[in-house]
Amino acid sequence: MIYAILRRFGQMLFVMFGISVIVFLIFFATPGADPAARIAGRNATPEVLDAVRHNFGFDRPLYVQYVKMMEKIFVTGDLTSFVNRGWKVVPAVMDSIPVTLSLVFGAAILWVVVSIIIGIVAAATRDSWLDKLLMALGLLGISMPVYWLGEVMNLITQSRYHDSWAFSWVPPLGYKNFSDDPKGWFLTLIIPWITLAILYIGIYGRVLRAAIIESLQEDFIRTARAKGLSETRILLRHALRTSLIAFVTLFGLDFGALVGGSALLTEVVFGLHGIGKLTYDALQNLDLPMIMATVMYASMFVVIANAVVDFVYILLDPRLRTS
Amino acid sequence: MILSVRDLKVSFRTNDGLVRAIDGVSFDLDESEILGVVGESGSGKTVSLLAVMGLITDPNASIEGSIRYKGRELVGLPARELRRLRGNEIAMIFQDPMTALTPVYTIGWQIAEQIRAHQNISKAKAIVRVEELLAEVNFPNPHEAMSRYPHQLSGGMRQRAVIAMALSCNPALLVADEPTTALDVTVQAGILDLVRKLRATHKSAVVFITHDMGVVSELADRVMVMYAGRVVERGSRTDLFSDPRHPYTRALLGSIPPLTGEKPRRLPAIPGSPPSLLRLPQGCAFGPRCPVHYEHCVTDKPELGIGTHAAACFRVARA
Repeated sequence: MIYAILRRFGQMLFVMFGISVIVFLIFFATPGADPAARIAGRNATPEVLDAVRHNFGFDRPLYVQYVKMMEKIFVTGDLTSFVNRGWKVVPAVMDSIPVTLSLVFGAAILWVVVSIIIGIVAAATRDSWLDKLLMALGLLGISMPVYWLGEVMNLITQSRYHDSWAFSWVPPLGYKNFSDDPKGWFLTLIIPWITLAILYIGIYGRVLRAAIIESLQEDFIRTARAKGLSETRILLRHALRTSLIAFVTLFGLDFGALVGGSALLTEVVFGLHGIGKLTYDALQNLDLPMIMATVMYASMFVVIANAVVDFVYILLDPRLRTS
Repeated sequence: MILSVRDLKVSFRTNDGLVRAIDGVSFDLDESEILGVVGESGSGKTVSLLAVMGLITDPNASIEGSIRYKGRELVGLPARELRRLRGNEIAMIFQDPMTALTPVYTIGWQIAEQIRAHQNISKAKAIVRVEELLAEVNFPNPHEAMSRYPHQLSGGMRQRAVIAMALSCNPALLVADEPTTALDVTVQAGILDLVRKLRATHKSAVVFITHDMGVVSELADRVMVMYAGRVVERGSRTDLFSDPRHPYTRALLGSIPPLTGEKPRRLPAIPGSPPSLLRLPQGCAFGPRCPVHYEHCVTDKPELGIGTHAAACFRVARA
């Protein structure tokens, strides 16, 4: 088992290296484009262009350029945005990470807990009115676009009913640091968490229900019944336990993507300056160093999330431990 | 008398109409007796025993008749009461050991789970009991085997684990649904030995479902032959093998190649195929395939007579 985990860790490093090379090549070795000109931004003077060219090593072979770039991102951390006049890229990314992580972690806890409950209840009461109601609500959650839902949430909690007893606790939009103000951090994030989680609750609840119902058809469930176990125990210890594998797969993909910037819409709607917002702004300005850094960061998180999923797999499914 | 089934009928509502999977099956079972139930796929062997276990969960099924276990009526018993019997006094071994165990738990855990579902004992004591059980079913290294996952064991070993699980609460009645079908012949012999040994040590009565006449002739005290949801012949093993009365039983026995003498060029087979349970003939269900059927078989259903050796056939009744 230790060996399997170590091997998976090695694979992870290898994949991250591969991604960094590919991202680098896309931005810096695309034929016919001068990366120095793009980094320097529009209307750059020839002096600035020369400085950029020398600074990033564009007058030297490609592998030197790659090493220099990685050094700037990971070692010295002094990658500078020229478009934004000397803005340090790495600290900007580091500042946005806690915002996105706070948003996505909280939403993930919410959606995992609620969707597991919904999946179990719906599977246990299959074809009853309760099951149908939960699945209809799930579909509704999936169908509501997150930017629309977020704006509606804001309309209700920030303006229309803000002064009523129900929502007077909701603080104004924006992010508060957890270390400065834990209560404020929690309160500002509640509405964004719910907004982001609703879509995933719908998807995960439906997926889990289907997986549980499928595993209830398995032979080992009949064995469990023949053992004289209670229906609750059969459902939780046997059917749910074997259904979680599909659930975890889905979770790893979604979580990685969200942390890597897919929570953009939620971040924008609620005025949270996270990774998604940062990437979006960088794309708007064609801020190449910033794009490079955020893409590296995003891919790193997708890869880490997938590695974590694989570790969880190994815990969940003993068949994967020996190979 | 440990089990007494009277006029058991199981039917399923389907889109094409009512399917009567079991149509009036009756049998008795004494303590530490092995009853072999033989028949082709779809003859109702498994369904009738699942009904005994209370394991027919299909909401479209209806069960009529009487199943008495030690004098207690099981049909219509509340799920809670039934659960207390299941796995405790009545245990079951399934056909395919590959899929019968939950893949994500060790076999030790799964056996202990059953013990703790019925007995109020500590985890540590349950584990000691598990090790004894695994030793009893001839695991070479019972202590190590406890921490094995199902996928780490061979088919024969898994079936032993399933048997150990079935025996964990000393059941008075063991239902074995083709436990050897999915296994190699050599492994089969080991499992049969085990069943015989366990009958001797635990005094359990065993219902052994199979379609293998060879297995029946080795193991069973009494035999019940089923066809299209009905019992067509029953009798002691010697009766049935030395004097098969129903044409179906004869045909089944005729399809076993002889060990001595000249081998037939082609094994005799029963012509045709079993009837659809949706469109059973009005008369004898075996009639259309029967070499000796006559007009009477088309219009009336032959009843299984009384007595220890009986066959549901008009030809036998007349003879």
